[in-house]
Amino acid sequence: MAADTADPAAEPPLRTDPGAASALLVVRDLRIHFPTDDGLVKAVDGLSFTLERGRTLGIVGESGSGKSVTSLGILGLHQGASARVSGEIWLDGEELVTADPARVRQLRGNKMAMIFQDPLSSLHPYYTVGNQIIEAYRVHNKVTRQAARRHAIDMLDRVGIPQPAARVDDYPHQFSGGMRQRVMIAMALSCDPGLLIADEPTTALDVTVQAQILDLISDLQTEFGSAVIIITHDLGVVAELSDDILVMYAGKAAEYGSAEDVFDQPGHPYTWGLLASMPRLDRDRDERLLPIKGTPPSLINVPAGCAFHPRCGYTDLTGGRSATQVPELREIAPGHLAACHLTADQQRTIWAEQIKAKP
Amino acid sequence: MVAAPGAVGNTGDITGARPADGTGLGGRPSRSPDALLTVTGLTKHFPVTRGIIVRRRVGAVQAVDGIGFSVATGETLGLVGESGCGKTTTGRLLTRLLEPTGGTITFDGRDITHLSMGRMRPLRRDIQMIFQDPYSSLNPRHTVGGIVGAPFRLQHVKTDRGIKRSVQELLELVGLNPEHYNRYPHEFSGGQRQRIGIARTLALRPRLIVADEPVSALDVSIQAQVINLLEDLQGELGLTYVVIAHDLSVVRHICDRVAVMYLGKLVELAGRDQLYGLPRHPYTVALLSAVPVPEPARRRERMRIRLTGDVPSPLNPPPACRFHTRCWKAQEVCRTEEPPLAELAPGHQVACHFPENTPGP
Repeated sequence: MAADTADPAAEPPLRTDPGAASALLVVRDLRIHFPTDDGLVKAVDGLSFTLERGRTLGIVGESGSGKSVTSLGILGLHQGASARVSGEIWLDGEELVTADPARVRQLRGNKMAMIFQDPLSSLHPYYTVGNQIIEAYRVHNKVTRQAARRHAIDMLDRVGIPQPAARVDDYPHQFSGGMRQRVMIAMALSCDPGLLIADEPTTALDVTVQAQILDLISDLQTEFGSAVIIITHDLGVVAELSDDILVMYAGKAAEYGSAEDVFDQPGHPYTWGLLASMPRLDRDRDERLLPIKGTPPSLINVPAGCAFHPRCGYTDLTGGRSATQVPELREIAPGHLAACHLTADQQRTIWAEQIKAKP
Repeated sequence: MVAAPGAVGNTGDITGARPADGTGLGGRPSRSPDALLTVTGLTKHFPVTRGIIVRRRVGAVQAVDGIGFSVATGETLGLVGESGCGKTTTGRLLTRLLEPTGGTITFDGRDITHLSMGRMRPLRRDIQMIFQDPYSSLNPRHTVGGIVGAPFRLQHVKTDRGIKRSVQELLELVGLNPEHYNRYPHEFSGGQRQRIGIARTLALRPRLIVADEPVSALDVSIQAQVINLLEDLQGELGLTYVVIAHDLSVVRHICDRVAVMYLGKLVELAGRDQLYGLPRHPYTVALLSAVPVPEPARRRERMRIRLTGDVPSPLNPPPACRFHTRCWKAQEVCRTEEPPLAELAPGHQVACHFPENTPGP
């Protein structure tokens, strides 16, 4: 049931999935593997989640968790022989993994858009910012150059760039870091996409500028009604912005739930470790941080069973299953899922007694 | 916690009109016996030139402009600020990787401001630096043993049982396997490379370590390991740290006193609890309110101060108070008169005409 067609202008037959009707984005068992000389890198290995319209999902993980590869996979940017993508990605009822690349290209920038981490290297240095926004707009909309230019100026104004009519003809290097990131946001939102993916949008920025950009993303989301995926390693950023949180580890989902659930009642030892190892401004200063022992795993030789088990302090409570069985992502509370062999009761007890109740 | 001897009359403030040679109001260095490092009126301007055959100086990047503080033995001073504030430049000035344009640096009672390379070399055993990027601060062509052993060779230090043995002890000290002596940097992860850098820094048992963003390039779970390591080493070896960082949560965790910089000036200097509990400079207040906290329930009640615009260029900083262009309290006097770094509470210095959290007159 391929969705390819010889005439790109004609609407291709869509694969529909009744279960995905309400959600904007449904990802099912996504796997993205890269064959390399050293072996098969399983960057994403069985990831599933959903995202409703107007909501924000925060994907949290460290280096090697697969979060950036996931976002590029949703946008269909892993083309060619360098990646093996399997699974299902449903965007507004349309499946993307098996879709024709021409169709995905129509959607990219139009229905789904991305803000990248480093605006200096993501914006083309040879073209003015106006031209870059105009190009994105004209690819997906049949408008005159003048209309597109007016639209570009309007977008720059919406993202808070002062004197947009003058600055539309400036080059990226003439902007500061925070302004460049705003330009990227303007470019991404120019076609009013239903899905906006922000990949570490503020990592390269100072903390006061970061605050401005986070507020901007939040305001624009309300204004445009888009669903947002924010990818970051910063738990503070994720807490500020997300309705739901997905914690990734070694290419799989470790925990998924609302922001309140994940921060107040985390149900996975990796999440416990992340929360305990961060110094926090809002708590009393601890004498010692509690780091997670060990290092993130190689994605070529992922540990057998639960990928986190070499670093987990609670493997002895699972009767040896951590080393042999991959834990399923299952519900530990309504709407709150975790991939762990510990029972929900065990998790609650450990969290309440051992970790949260630190003096 | 160590008392703050730097509060004793050591302000180092210089108005723009004064010559950049370190003299200024209240610029006498602290004579506290505990101060290992004292800095007064420290200034670094990078000239901007134009022209091909004849280069004329057309301006200067005023990276660091008259700052002063002191660090007591065994203490950790944090230096925070955003891009362009001059904190990295300050770190390089302290280790004399750069030559100051003005001001003085006193280490252990000795003026090291303009020492020649030859005279500075023996002091490099005592003042060391940890660099930010673990990927570019280790020579990829040298083995770990070579990298960590280099200080011994360069300083012609005799060891009891050979350099190799000393290096292996250092690797153990920082939590690495001593058998990895012959491995190359690319065989280690980011956190491990940072530990190699720390081992190299500790080789000659320095007294002062300037750590330039020591954990910002590392993952969150590894950051905690390295932070704990730095704290343990300070206790074990009696080290004094100057930590340069932009992550305010990390700074709060490891520092005893904190200095906040903005566009080359020191705007606030206080003990850790005072700074985080009762910040007085508007910039510090805005900085602290901008840090996202990992507590979703609180985000609805948070009142964040939004600073407008970006940091001005250090090529052309605003006159008088450099923060006035972004400050919500700015008044006429802020545009015409530079506020001196004044002690508003014991151990708490602020450079502002209208500081926050201060009981009114």
